[in-house]
Amino acid sequence: MFTETFVIFQRQMRILLRNPVWVFFGLTQPILYLVLFGPLLKGVTGGGLGGNNSWKIFVPGLLLQLAIFGAGFAGFGIIQELREGVIDRQRVTPARRMSLIFGRTLGNMVTIGVQSAVLVVVALPFGLRASWDGIVSSVVMVCILAIGVSAASYAMGLILKDEDAFAPFIQGVSLPLLLLSGVLLPMSLAPGWLRHTSQVNPLTHVVDATRALFRGDFGDNNVWIGGVITIALGALLAWWGTRTFQRQSA
Amino acid sequence: MITAHALARSFRTKAGPVDAVRGVDLEVKPGEIVGLLGPNGAGKTTTLRMLTTLLMPTSGSATVAGFDLVSQPRDVRRNIGYVAQVGAAPSAGTLVGEELITQARLQGLSKPDAAARLAEVAPQLDLGGLEKRALLELSGGQRRRFDIALGLMHSPRLVFLDEPTAGLDPQSRANLWAHIRALREEAGVTILLTTHYLDEADALADRILVMDGGRIIADDTPEALKARISGDVVVLTLAGANPGNMARAVEAAGRAVAARDIATENNEVRVTVDDGGVAVAPLLRAIDTAGLTLSTVTVTRPSLDDVFLTLTGHSLREGPDGAPLHVATTSA
Repeated sequence: MFTETFVIFQRQMRILLRNPVWVFFGLTQPILYLVLFGPLLKGVTGGGLGGNNSWKIFVPGLLLQLAIFGAGFAGFGIIQELREGVIDRQRVTPARRMSLIFGRTLGNMVTIGVQSAVLVVVALPFGLRASWDGIVSSVVMVCILAIGVSAASYAMGLILKDEDAFAPFIQGVSLPLLLLSGVLLPMSLAPGWLRHTSQVNPLTHVVDATRALFRGDFGDNNVWIGGVITIALGALLAWWGTRTFQRQSA
Repeated sequence: MITAHALARSFRTKAGPVDAVRGVDLEVKPGEIVGLLGPNGAGKTTTLRMLTTLLMPTSGSATVAGFDLVSQPRDVRRNIGYVAQVGAAPSAGTLVGEELITQARLQGLSKPDAAARLAEVAPQLDLGGLEKRALLELSGGQRRRFDIALGLMHSPRLVFLDEPTAGLDPQSRANLWAHIRALREEAGVTILLTTHYLDEADALADRILVMDGGRIIADDTPEALKARISGDVVVLTLAGANPGNMARAVEAAGRAVAARDIATENNEVRVTVDDGGVAVAPLLRAIDTAGLTLSTVTVTRPSLDDVFLTLTGHSLREGPDGAPLHVATTSA
Protein backbone atom coordinates (compact mmCIF):
# COMPACT_ATOMS: atom_id res chain seq x y z
CA MET A 1 0.00 0.00 0.00
CA PHE A 2 2.86 2.37 0.70
CA THR A 3 4.30 1.83 -2.75
CA GLU A 4 0.94 2.54 -4.33
CA THR A 5 0.47 5.67 -2.22
CA PHE A 6 3.94 6.85 -3.10
CA VAL A 7 3.40 6.24 -6.83
CA ILE A 8 0.26 8.39 -6.73
CA PHE A 9 1.99 11.00 -4.59
CA GLN A 10 4.90 11.17 -7.03
CA ARG A 11 2.53 11.64 -9.93
CA GLN A 12 0.64 14.47 -8.21
CA MET A 13 3.84 16.26 -7.22
CA ARG A 14 5.35 15.95 -10.70
CA ILE A 15 2.27 17.47 -12.29
CA LEU A 16 2.23 20.24 -9.68
CA LEU A 17 5.91 21.06 -10.05
CA ARG A 18 5.45 21.34 -13.80
CA ASN A 19 2.62 23.80 -13.27
CA PRO A 20 3.81 25.78 -10.26
CA VAL A 21 1.40 28.60 -11.02
CA TRP A 22 -1.18 26.67 -8.98
CA VAL A 23 1.04 26.78 -5.92
CA PHE A 24 1.29 30.55 -6.16
CA PHE A 25 -2.38 30.88 -6.97
CA GLY A 26 -3.31 29.23 -3.69
CA LEU A 27 -1.13 31.70 -1.86
CA THR A 28 -2.55 34.88 -3.38
CA GLN A 29 -5.56 35.20 -1.14
CA PRO A 30 -3.75 34.81 2.17
CA ILE A 31 -0.87 37.04 1.03
CA LEU A 32 -3.31 39.75 -0.05
CA TYR A 33 -4.98 39.61 3.34
CA LEU A 34 -1.57 39.70 4.99
CA VAL A 35 -0.30 42.69 3.07
CA LEU A 36 -3.45 44.74 2.61
CA PHE A 37 -5.52 43.90 5.70
CA GLY A 38 -3.02 42.76 8.32
CA PRO A 39 -1.33 46.12 8.89
CA LEU A 40 -4.68 47.66 9.86
CA LEU A 41 -4.82 45.38 12.86
CA LYS A 42 -1.76 46.99 14.34
CA GLY A 43 -3.83 50.06 15.06
CA VAL A 44 -6.67 48.11 16.65
CA THR A 45 -6.92 47.37 20.35
CA GLY A 46 -8.97 44.84 22.26
CA GLY A 47 -8.95 41.04 22.10
CA GLY A 48 -5.18 40.99 22.48
CA LEU A 49 -4.58 43.04 19.35
CA GLY A 50 -2.29 46.03 19.08
CA GLY A 51 1.12 46.66 17.60
CA ASN A 52 3.10 43.64 16.46
CA ASN A 53 1.05 41.34 18.71
CA SER A 54 -1.63 41.54 16.09
CA TRP A 55 0.47 39.37 13.79
CA LYS A 56 0.58 36.60 16.37
CA ILE A 57 -3.19 36.61 16.28
CA PHE A 58 -3.72 37.19 12.57
CA VAL A 59 -1.20 34.84 10.92
CA PRO A 60 -2.62 31.66 12.53
CA GLY A 61 -5.95 32.63 11.01
CA LEU A 62 -4.31 32.95 7.63
CA LEU A 63 -2.77 29.50 8.00
CA LEU A 64 -6.20 28.03 8.57
CA GLN A 65 -7.60 29.95 5.64
CA LEU A 66 -4.80 28.53 3.48
CA ALA A 67 -5.54 24.99 4.62
CA ILE A 68 -9.31 25.18 4.26
CA PHE A 69 -9.33 26.79 0.85
CA GLY A 70 -6.32 24.90 -0.44
CA ALA A 71 -7.51 21.50 0.72
CA GLY A 72 -11.15 22.32 0.17
CA PHE A 73 -10.58 23.03 -3.50
CA ALA A 74 -8.88 19.67 -4.05
CA GLY A 75 -12.22 18.34 -5.27
CA PHE A 76 -11.97 20.42 -8.43
CA GLY A 77 -8.84 18.51 -9.35
CA ILE A 78 -10.47 15.14 -9.00
CA ILE A 79 -13.49 16.19 -11.03
CA GLN A 80 -11.14 17.06 -13.85
CA GLU A 81 -9.27 13.78 -13.44
CA LEU A 82 -12.59 11.96 -13.56
CA ARG A 83 -13.29 13.53 -16.94
CA GLU A 84 -9.85 12.70 -18.28
CA GLY A 85 -10.30 9.05 -17.40
CA VAL A 86 -7.45 9.08 -14.89
CA ILE A 87 -9.63 7.93 -11.99
CA ASP A 88 -11.07 5.03 -13.98
CA ARG A 89 -7.72 3.77 -15.13
CA GLN A 90 -6.37 3.90 -11.58
CA ARG A 91 -9.46 2.21 -10.18
CA VAL A 92 -9.22 -0.63 -12.66
CA THR A 93 -5.90 -1.67 -11.10
CA PRO A 94 -5.62 -3.80 -7.95
CA ALA A 95 -4.33 -0.68 -6.12
CA ARG A 96 -6.15 -0.14 -2.85
CA ARG A 97 -8.68 2.69 -2.90
CA MET A 98 -7.02 4.06 0.22
CA SER A 99 -3.74 4.49 -1.65
CA LEU A 100 -5.49 6.34 -4.46
CA ILE A 101 -6.84 8.89 -2.03
CA PHE A 102 -3.89 9.10 0.35
CA GLY A 103 -1.35 9.66 -2.40
CA ARG A 104 -3.40 12.68 -3.38
CA THR A 105 -4.02 14.04 0.12
CA LEU A 106 -0.32 13.71 0.88
CA GLY A 107 0.36 15.86 -2.16
CA ASN A 108 -2.09 18.46 -0.89
CA MET A 109 -0.48 18.35 2.54
CA VAL A 110 3.00 18.95 1.19
CA THR A 111 1.76 21.84 -0.93
CA ILE A 112 0.03 23.46 2.02
CA GLY A 113 3.09 22.94 4.19
CA VAL A 114 5.26 24.75 1.67
CA GLN A 115 2.73 27.52 1.21
CA SER A 116 2.50 27.95 5.00
CA ALA A 117 6.24 28.34 5.22
CA VAL A 118 6.17 31.00 2.52
CA LEU A 119 3.35 32.82 4.31
CA VAL A 120 5.24 32.90 7.59
CA VAL A 121 8.40 34.13 5.89
CA VAL A 122 6.48 36.93 4.17
CA ALA A 123 4.93 37.92 7.51
CA LEU A 124 8.31 38.32 9.19
CA PRO A 125 9.26 41.69 7.67
CA PHE A 126 5.77 42.95 8.52
CA GLY A 127 6.48 42.40 12.20
CA LEU A 128 5.60 38.81 13.06
CA ARG A 129 7.55 37.77 16.15
CA ALA A 130 6.35 34.41 17.37
CA SER A 131 7.69 31.32 19.06
CA TRP A 132 9.43 29.21 16.39
CA ASP A 133 8.37 25.95 18.01
CA GLY A 134 4.87 27.31 18.05
CA ILE A 135 4.98 28.21 14.39
CA VAL A 136 6.25 24.77 13.39
CA SER A 137 3.66 22.99 15.56
CA SER A 138 0.92 25.15 14.09
CA VAL A 139 1.97 24.33 10.55
CA VAL A 140 1.99 20.64 11.45
CA MET A 141 -1.48 20.94 12.95
CA VAL A 142 -2.78 22.73 9.91
CA CYS A 143 -1.25 20.07 7.63
CA ILE A 144 -2.97 17.28 9.55
CA LEU A 145 -6.27 19.10 9.18
CA ALA A 146 -5.54 19.53 5.48
CA ILE A 147 -5.29 15.77 5.03
CA GLY A 148 -8.81 15.31 6.33
CA VAL A 149 -10.27 18.30 4.50
CA SER A 150 -8.77 17.30 1.16
CA ALA A 151 -9.97 13.71 1.59
CA ALA A 152 -13.48 15.00 2.19
CA SER A 153 -13.15 17.36 -0.74
CA TYR A 154 -12.12 14.49 -3.03
CA ALA A 155 -15.08 12.48 -1.79
CA MET A 156 -17.51 15.32 -2.48
CA GLY A 157 -15.92 15.81 -5.89
CA LEU A 158 -16.53 12.15 -6.72
CA ILE A 159 -20.10 12.38 -5.52
CA LEU A 160 -20.99 15.63 -7.29
CA LYS A 161 -18.88 14.93 -10.41
CA ASP A 162 -19.36 18.44 -11.77
CA GLU A 163 -17.80 21.84 -11.07
CA ASP A 164 -21.16 23.59 -11.30
CA ALA A 165 -22.41 21.50 -8.40
CA PHE A 166 -19.17 21.41 -6.48
CA ALA A 167 -18.29 25.12 -6.50
CA PRO A 168 -21.39 26.36 -4.64
CA PHE A 169 -20.99 23.51 -2.21
CA ILE A 170 -17.42 24.32 -1.27
CA GLN A 171 -17.97 28.07 -1.18
CA GLY A 172 -21.11 27.64 0.87
CA VAL A 173 -19.30 25.52 3.44
CA SER A 174 -15.86 27.05 3.74
CA LEU A 175 -16.55 30.76 4.10
CA PRO A 176 -19.11 30.56 6.92
CA LEU A 177 -16.96 28.04 8.77
CA LEU A 178 -13.89 30.23 8.46
CA LEU A 179 -15.57 33.46 9.48
CA LEU A 180 -17.22 31.68 12.37
CA SER A 181 -13.87 30.47 13.65
CA GLY A 182 -12.49 33.95 14.11
CA VAL A 183 -9.79 33.92 11.43
CA LEU A 184 -9.88 37.66 10.79
CA LEU A 185 -10.43 38.94 14.30
CA PRO A 186 -10.50 37.00 17.55
CA MET A 187 -13.90 35.79 18.72
CA SER A 188 -13.33 37.36 22.11
CA LEU A 189 -14.47 40.58 20.44
CA ALA A 190 -17.77 38.99 19.45
CA PRO A 191 -21.13 39.48 21.12
CA GLY A 192 -22.31 36.57 23.26
CA TRP A 193 -24.49 34.84 20.69
CA LEU A 194 -21.75 34.80 18.07
CA ARG A 195 -19.11 33.67 20.51
CA HIS A 196 -21.24 30.76 21.70
CA THR A 197 -22.07 29.72 18.16
CA SER A 198 -18.40 29.74 17.24
CA GLN A 199 -17.65 27.31 20.07
CA VAL A 200 -19.59 24.64 18.22
CA ASN A 201 -17.35 25.06 15.18
CA PRO A 202 -14.36 22.69 15.43
CA LEU A 203 -12.25 25.13 13.39
CA THR A 204 -12.55 27.72 16.18
CA HIS A 205 -10.62 25.44 18.46
CA VAL A 206 -7.96 24.88 15.83
CA VAL A 207 -7.51 28.64 15.49
CA ASP A 208 -7.39 29.09 19.27
CA ALA A 209 -4.78 26.34 19.52
CA THR A 210 -2.55 27.84 16.85
CA ARG A 211 -2.83 31.29 18.41
CA ALA A 212 -1.72 29.86 21.74
CA LEU A 213 1.14 28.06 20.00
CA PHE A 214 2.27 31.26 18.29
CA ARG A 215 2.42 32.87 21.72
CA GLY A 216 4.62 29.99 22.80
CA ASP A 217 2.02 28.93 25.35
CA PHE A 218 2.29 25.15 24.95
CA GLY A 219 0.53 24.39 28.18
CA ASP A 220 -2.61 26.29 27.28
CA ASN A 221 -5.79 24.19 27.35
CA ASN A 222 -6.67 25.42 23.90
CA VAL A 223 -3.62 23.65 22.51
CA TRP A 224 -4.80 20.28 23.78
CA ILE A 225 -8.39 20.81 22.79
CA GLY A 226 -7.40 22.08 19.36
CA GLY A 227 -4.88 19.29 18.90
CA VAL A 228 -7.35 16.54 19.72
CA ILE A 229 -10.02 18.09 17.55
CA THR A 230 -7.59 18.46 14.65
CA ILE A 231 -6.58 14.82 14.82
CA ALA A 232 -10.14 13.60 15.34
CA LEU A 233 -11.57 15.76 12.58
CA GLY A 234 -8.72 14.89 10.24
CA ALA A 235 -9.18 11.18 10.89
CA LEU A 236 -12.96 11.30 10.57
CA LEU A 237 -12.87 13.16 7.28
CA ALA A 238 -10.11 10.91 5.95
CA TRP A 239 -12.13 7.82 6.85
CA TRP A 240 -15.27 9.18 5.26
CA GLY A 241 -13.34 10.26 2.17
CA THR A 242 -11.83 6.80 1.70
CA ARG A 243 -15.15 5.04 2.18
CA THR A 244 -16.78 7.26 -0.41
CA PHE A 245 -13.90 6.65 -2.81
CA GLN A 246 -14.47 2.91 -2.39
CA ARG A 247 -18.22 3.15 -2.62
CA GLN A 248 -18.07 5.14 -5.82
CA SER A 249 -17.33 1.77 -7.41
CA ALA A 250 -20.94 0.90 -6.68
CA MET B 1 -12.68 -16.09 -20.21
CA ILE B 2 -15.89 -14.22 -19.43
CA THR B 3 -19.15 -15.80 -18.31
CA ALA B 4 -21.96 -13.47 -17.33
CA HIS B 5 -25.42 -14.46 -16.20
CA ALA B 6 -28.40 -12.13 -15.91
CA LEU B 7 -26.15 -9.13 -15.41
CA ALA B 8 -28.27 -6.06 -14.81
CA ARG B 9 -27.78 -2.49 -13.76
CA SER B 10 -30.26 0.25 -13.08
CA PHE B 11 -29.51 3.83 -12.18
CA ARG B 12 -31.50 6.20 -10.07
CA THR B 13 -31.93 9.46 -11.92
CA LYS B 14 -34.00 12.58 -11.38
CA ALA B 15 -36.41 11.23 -13.97
CA GLY B 16 -36.84 7.94 -12.16
CA PRO B 17 -34.98 4.62 -12.35
CA VAL B 18 -33.24 3.86 -15.63
CA ASP B 19 -32.60 0.22 -16.53
CA ALA B 20 -29.41 0.59 -18.50
CA VAL B 21 -28.71 -3.14 -18.65
CA ARG B 22 -31.56 -5.63 -18.32
CA GLY B 23 -30.31 -9.12 -17.76
CA VAL B 24 -27.37 -9.82 -20.04
CA ASP B 25 -25.99 -13.33 -20.52
CA LEU B 26 -22.76 -13.55 -22.38
CA GLU B 27 -19.81 -15.80 -22.86
CA VAL B 28 -16.38 -15.07 -24.29
CA LYS B 29 -13.88 -17.85 -24.87
CA PRO B 30 -10.12 -17.40 -24.57
CA GLY B 31 -8.54 -15.98 -27.71
CA GLU B 32 -11.80 -14.64 -29.13
CA ILE B 33 -12.42 -11.11 -30.32
CA VAL B 34 -16.03 -10.35 -29.46
CA GLY B 35 -17.79 -7.17 -30.49
CA LEU B 36 -20.62 -5.58 -28.55
CA LEU B 37 -22.50 -3.63 -31.19
CA GLY B 38 -25.32 -1.21 -30.62
CA PRO B 39 -26.39 2.41 -30.78
CA ASN B 40 -25.54 4.99 -28.14
CA GLY B 41 -27.58 4.31 -25.03
CA ALA B 42 -27.84 0.57 -25.66
CA GLY B 43 -25.99 -0.24 -22.45
CA LYS B 44 -22.65 -1.29 -23.95
CA THR B 45 -20.43 0.93 -21.81
CA THR B 46 -22.42 0.09 -18.69
CA THR B 47 -21.96 -3.61 -19.40
CA LEU B 48 -18.26 -3.10 -19.92
CA ARG B 49 -17.90 -1.09 -16.74
CA MET B 50 -19.60 -3.83 -14.77
CA LEU B 51 -17.32 -6.50 -16.23
CA THR B 52 -14.26 -4.41 -15.38
CA THR B 53 -15.35 -3.93 -11.74
CA LEU B 54 -15.85 -0.19 -12.16
CA LEU B 55 -19.56 -0.51 -11.51
CA MET B 56 -21.44 -2.90 -9.25
CA PRO B 57 -24.18 -4.88 -10.96
CA THR B 58 -27.63 -4.35 -9.51
CA SER B 59 -28.18 -8.07 -9.98
CA GLY B 60 -26.68 -11.04 -11.78
CA SER B 61 -23.23 -12.55 -11.65
CA ALA B 62 -20.15 -12.92 -13.77
CA THR B 63 -16.82 -14.66 -13.84
CA VAL B 64 -14.08 -12.65 -15.53
CA ALA B 65 -10.62 -14.12 -16.23
CA GLY B 66 -11.47 -16.92 -13.85
CA PHE B 67 -12.47 -14.78 -10.89
CA ASP B 68 -15.85 -13.83 -9.51
CA LEU B 69 -16.73 -10.26 -10.35
CA VAL B 70 -18.30 -9.27 -7.06
CA SER B 71 -16.26 -11.19 -4.51
CA GLN B 72 -12.81 -11.10 -6.15
CA PRO B 73 -12.55 -7.70 -7.82
CA ARG B 74 -8.84 -7.19 -7.18
CA ASP B 75 -7.98 -10.50 -8.83
CA VAL B 76 -10.14 -9.57 -11.78
CA ARG B 77 -8.33 -6.23 -12.08
CA ARG B 78 -4.93 -7.89 -12.09
CA ASN B 79 -5.89 -9.94 -15.11
CA ILE B 80 -7.70 -7.46 -17.28
CA GLY B 81 -6.86 -4.34 -19.22
CA TYR B 82 -9.47 -1.66 -19.75
CA VAL B 83 -9.37 1.05 -22.37
CA ALA B 84 -12.12 3.58 -21.73
CA GLN B 85 -13.81 5.82 -24.24
CA VAL B 86 -11.85 8.89 -25.19
CA GLY B 87 -11.83 11.26 -22.23
CA ALA B 88 -11.30 14.98 -21.78
CA ALA B 89 -7.98 16.55 -22.70
CA PRO B 90 -5.22 15.45 -20.33
CA SER B 91 -3.73 17.74 -17.67
CA ALA B 92 -0.65 19.69 -18.54
CA GLY B 93 2.47 18.17 -17.10
CA THR B 94 1.65 14.52 -17.82
CA LEU B 95 4.15 12.64 -19.97
CA VAL B 96 3.59 9.46 -21.96
CA GLY B 97 6.35 7.35 -20.43
CA GLU B 98 5.65 8.44 -16.86
CA GLU B 99 1.93 7.74 -17.08
CA LEU B 100 2.58 4.29 -18.52
CA ILE B 101 5.05 3.50 -15.76
CA THR B 102 2.65 4.78 -13.10
CA GLN B 103 -0.01 2.49 -14.53
CA ALA B 104 2.34 -0.48 -14.50
CA ARG B 105 3.39 0.20 -10.91
CA LEU B 106 -0.21 0.49 -9.76
CA GLN B 107 -0.73 -2.90 -11.36
CA GLY B 108 1.98 -4.21 -9.07
CA LEU B 109 5.05 -4.22 -11.31
CA SER B 110 8.33 -3.19 -9.75
CA LYS B 111 10.13 -0.10 -11.03
CA PRO B 112 12.61 -2.05 -13.21
CA ASP B 113 9.88 -4.38 -14.52
CA ALA B 114 7.73 -1.39 -15.40
CA ALA B 115 10.59 0.25 -17.29
CA ALA B 116 11.30 -2.99 -19.17
CA ARG B 117 7.65 -3.38 -20.05
CA LEU B 118 7.53 0.19 -21.35
CA ALA B 119 10.42 -0.59 -23.66
CA GLU B 120 8.44 -3.57 -25.00
CA VAL B 121 5.01 -2.05 -25.34
CA ALA B 122 5.89 1.35 -26.78
CA PRO B 123 7.31 0.09 -30.08
CA GLN B 124 4.51 -2.51 -30.38
CA LEU B 125 2.02 0.35 -30.50
CA ASP B 126 4.13 2.75 -32.56
CA LEU B 127 4.80 4.91 -29.52
CA GLY B 128 8.55 4.40 -29.54
CA GLY B 129 10.34 7.69 -29.05
CA LEU B 130 7.29 9.44 -27.57
CA GLU B 131 8.06 8.61 -23.95
CA LYS B 132 9.03 12.16 -23.06
CA ARG B 133 6.18 13.73 -25.01
CA ALA B 134 3.39 15.50 -23.11
CA LEU B 135 0.02 13.79 -23.43
CA LEU B 136 -1.47 17.08 -24.51
CA GLU B 137 0.71 17.08 -27.60
CA LEU B 138 -0.36 13.69 -28.94
CA SER B 139 -2.50 13.37 -32.04
CA GLY B 140 -5.82 11.56 -31.81
CA GLY B 141 -4.37 8.31 -33.11
CA GLN B 142 -1.35 8.50 -30.81
CA ARG B 143 -3.58 9.25 -27.83
CA ARG B 144 -5.72 6.21 -28.55
CA ARG B 145 -2.66 4.00 -28.88
CA PHE B 146 -1.41 5.41 -25.59
CA ASP B 147 -4.76 4.54 -23.99
CA ILE B 148 -4.40 0.98 -25.26
CA ALA B 149 -0.81 0.81 -24.01
CA LEU B 150 -2.11 1.78 -20.56
CA GLY B 151 -4.30 -1.29 -20.62
CA LEU B 152 -1.49 -3.59 -21.72
CA MET B 153 1.36 -2.67 -19.39
CA HIS B 154 0.72 -5.63 -17.10
CA SER B 155 0.30 -8.12 -19.97
CA PRO B 156 -3.33 -9.02 -19.24
CA ARG B 157 -4.94 -12.03 -20.93
CA LEU B 158 -8.18 -10.16 -21.41
CA VAL B 159 -8.62 -6.63 -22.69
CA PHE B 160 -11.76 -4.50 -22.84
CA LEU B 161 -11.90 -1.75 -25.46
CA ASP B 162 -14.68 0.81 -25.30
CA GLU B 163 -15.27 2.42 -28.68
CA PRO B 164 -11.60 2.12 -29.63
CA THR B 165 -11.68 4.13 -32.84
CA ALA B 166 -14.40 6.69 -32.13
CA GLY B 167 -13.40 10.06 -33.51
CA LEU B 168 -10.38 8.86 -35.47
CA ASP B 169 -9.66 9.52 -39.13
CA PRO B 170 -9.91 6.52 -41.50
CA GLN B 171 -6.15 5.95 -41.62
CA SER B 172 -5.80 5.91 -37.85
CA ARG B 173 -8.79 3.61 -37.63
CA ALA B 174 -7.28 1.09 -40.03
CA ASN B 175 -3.97 1.38 -38.22
CA LEU B 176 -5.60 0.74 -34.85
CA TRP B 177 -7.51 -2.23 -36.24
CA ALA B 178 -4.19 -3.75 -37.29
CA HIS B 179 -2.83 -3.28 -33.77
CA ILE B 180 -5.93 -4.83 -32.22
CA ARG B 181 -5.70 -7.84 -34.51
CA ALA B 182 -2.00 -8.19 -33.70
CA LEU B 183 -2.84 -8.35 -30.00
CA ARG B 184 -4.79 -11.52 -30.59
CA GLU B 185 -2.56 -12.98 -33.30
CA GLU B 186 0.74 -12.42 -31.54
CA ALA B 187 -0.12 -12.41 -27.86
CA GLY B 188 -3.27 -14.51 -27.76
CA VAL B 189 -5.12 -11.77 -25.90
CA THR B 190 -8.89 -12.15 -25.60
CA ILE B 191 -10.68 -8.97 -26.57
CA LEU B 192 -14.15 -7.65 -25.85
CA LEU B 193 -14.81 -4.40 -27.65
CA THR B 194 -17.82 -2.14 -27.92
CA THR B 195 -18.58 -0.13 -30.97
CA HIS B 196 -21.35 1.56 -32.87
CA TYR B 197 -19.40 1.25 -36.11
CA LEU B 198 -20.78 -1.61 -38.16
CA ASP B 199 -17.67 -1.93 -40.29
CA GLU B 200 -15.51 -2.18 -37.19
CA ALA B 201 -17.54 -5.04 -35.74
CA ASP B 202 -17.56 -6.74 -39.11
CA ALA B 203 -13.83 -6.31 -39.62
CA LEU B 204 -12.54 -7.25 -36.18
CA ALA B 205 -14.97 -9.52 -34.38
CA ASP B 206 -15.18 -13.29 -34.53
CA ARG B 207 -18.58 -12.92 -32.94
CA ILE B 208 -20.93 -10.02 -32.56
CA LEU B 209 -23.35 -9.43 -29.71
CA VAL B 210 -25.99 -6.98 -30.85
CA MET B 211 -27.22 -4.88 -27.98
CA ASP B 212 -30.26 -2.64 -27.87
CA GLY B 213 -32.18 -1.14 -24.98
CA GLY B 214 -30.11 -2.93 -22.37
CA ARG B 215 -30.53 -6.40 -23.84
CA ILE B 216 -28.54 -8.64 -26.13
CA ILE B 217 -30.77 -9.33 -29.07
CA ALA B 218 -28.42 -11.39 -31.21
CA ASP B 219 -25.23 -13.35 -30.72
CA ASP B 220 -23.57 -14.72 -33.82
CA THR B 221 -20.71 -14.41 -36.28
CA PRO B 222 -20.90 -11.48 -38.69
CA GLU B 223 -21.47 -13.88 -41.60
CA ALA B 224 -24.23 -15.78 -39.84
CA LEU B 225 -25.97 -12.55 -38.86
CA LYS B 226 -25.88 -11.35 -42.44
CA ALA B 227 -27.02 -14.77 -43.62
CA ARG B 228 -30.09 -14.45 -41.40
CA ILE B 229 -31.09 -11.69 -43.71
CA SER B 230 -29.63 -13.79 -46.47
CA GLY B 231 -29.62 -12.65 -50.00
CA ASP B 232 -29.69 -9.22 -51.53
CA VAL B 233 -31.81 -6.27 -50.62
CA VAL B 234 -33.57 -4.41 -53.38
CA VAL B 235 -34.23 -0.89 -52.16
CA LEU B 236 -37.09 0.86 -53.92
CA THR B 237 -37.37 4.56 -53.16
CA LEU B 238 -40.85 5.82 -53.83
CA ALA B 239 -41.45 9.28 -55.20
CA GLY B 240 -44.25 11.08 -53.37
CA ALA B 241 -44.53 8.47 -50.67
CA ASN B 242 -47.46 8.42 -48.28
CA PRO B 243 -48.76 5.62 -46.06
CA GLY B 244 -51.26 4.57 -48.73
CA ASN B 245 -48.64 4.39 -51.49
CA MET B 246 -46.23 2.59 -49.25
CA ALA B 247 -48.79 -0.04 -48.33
CA ARG B 248 -49.62 -0.62 -51.99
CA ALA B 249 -45.92 -0.85 -52.84
CA VAL B 250 -45.37 -3.44 -50.13
CA GLU B 251 -48.32 -5.46 -51.33
CA ALA B 252 -47.19 -5.27 -54.94
CA ALA B 253 -43.67 -6.34 -54.07
CA GLY B 254 -44.97 -9.28 -52.05
CA ARG B 255 -46.98 -10.53 -55.01
CA ALA B 256 -44.16 -10.04 -57.49
CA VAL B 257 -41.34 -12.02 -55.88
CA ALA B 258 -40.74 -14.62 -53.22
CA ALA B 259 -39.35 -12.21 -50.66
CA ARG B 260 -37.67 -13.33 -47.46
CA ASP B 261 -38.54 -10.06 -45.85
CA ILE B 262 -40.12 -6.74 -46.76
CA ALA B 263 -39.40 -3.74 -44.56
CA THR B 264 -40.11 -0.06 -44.90
CA GLU B 265 -38.13 2.94 -43.75
CA ASN B 266 -39.24 6.48 -44.53
CA ASN B 267 -39.92 6.37 -48.30
CA GLU B 268 -37.95 3.17 -48.96
CA VAL B 269 -39.25 -0.33 -49.46
CA ARG B 270 -36.52 -2.83 -48.72
CA VAL B 271 -37.21 -6.22 -50.27
CA THR B 272 -34.91 -9.03 -49.21
CA VAL B 273 -34.63 -11.72 -51.86
CA ASP B 274 -32.27 -14.55 -52.71
CA ASP B 275 -30.98 -12.92 -55.87
CA GLY B 276 -31.38 -9.20 -56.41
CA GLY B 277 -30.52 -9.30 -60.09
CA VAL B 278 -33.37 -11.73 -60.80
CA ALA B 279 -35.86 -9.88 -58.61
CA VAL B 280 -35.44 -6.38 -59.97
CA ALA B 281 -37.41 -6.86 -63.18
CA PRO B 282 -40.59 -8.37 -61.63
CA LEU B 283 -40.50 -5.78 -58.86
CA LEU B 284 -40.27 -2.84 -61.23
CA ARG B 285 -43.11 -4.22 -63.30
CA ALA B 286 -45.29 -4.73 -60.22
CA ILE B 287 -44.66 -1.23 -58.92
CA ASP B 288 -45.43 0.21 -62.34
CA THR B 289 -48.64 -1.83 -62.60
CA ALA B 290 -49.71 -0.53 -59.22
CA GLY B 291 -49.45 2.97 -60.63
CA LEU B 292 -46.62 4.06 -58.39
CA THR B 293 -43.48 6.00 -59.30
CA LEU B 294 -40.01 5.11 -58.19
CA SER B 295 -37.25 7.67 -57.81
CA THR B 296 -34.39 5.18 -57.35
CA VAL B 297 -33.72 1.46 -57.31
CA THR B 298 -30.69 -0.03 -55.62
CA VAL B 299 -29.55 -3.61 -55.18
CA THR B 300 -27.32 -4.04 -52.15
CA ARG B 301 -25.57 -6.86 -50.42
CA PRO B 302 -26.78 -6.95 -46.83
CA SER B 303 -24.96 -4.89 -44.23
CA LEU B 304 -25.22 -5.11 -40.50
CA ASP B 305 -27.47 -2.08 -40.57
CA ASP B 306 -29.97 -4.30 -42.34
CA VAL B 307 -29.41 -6.90 -39.64
CA PHE B 308 -30.24 -4.29 -37.07
CA LEU B 309 -33.35 -3.16 -38.83
CA THR B 310 -34.61 -6.71 -39.03
CA LEU B 311 -33.75 -7.53 -35.45
CA THR B 312 -35.07 -4.44 -33.77
CA GLY B 313 -37.56 -2.89 -36.16
CA HIS B 314 -35.57 0.30 -36.25
CA SER B 315 -32.27 0.99 -37.92
CA LEU B 316 -29.08 2.01 -36.14
CA ARG B 317 -29.73 5.49 -37.45
CA GLU B 318 -32.89 5.76 -35.38
CA GLY B 319 -33.54 5.36 -31.69
CA PRO B 320 -36.15 2.89 -30.47
CA ASP B 321 -38.91 5.47 -30.84
CA GLY B 322 -38.01 6.12 -34.48
CA ALA B 323 -36.42 9.50 -33.83
CA PRO B 324 -33.17 9.99 -35.75
CA LEU B 325 -29.91 9.42 -33.91
CA HIS B 326 -26.60 10.85 -34.96
CA VAL B 327 -24.29 7.97 -35.77
CA ALA B 328 -21.03 7.81 -37.73
CA THR B 329 -21.57 7.04 -41.39
CA THR B 330 -20.59 3.54 -42.41
CA SER B 331 -19.96 1.77 -45.67
CA ALA B 332 -22.73 -0.61 -46.65
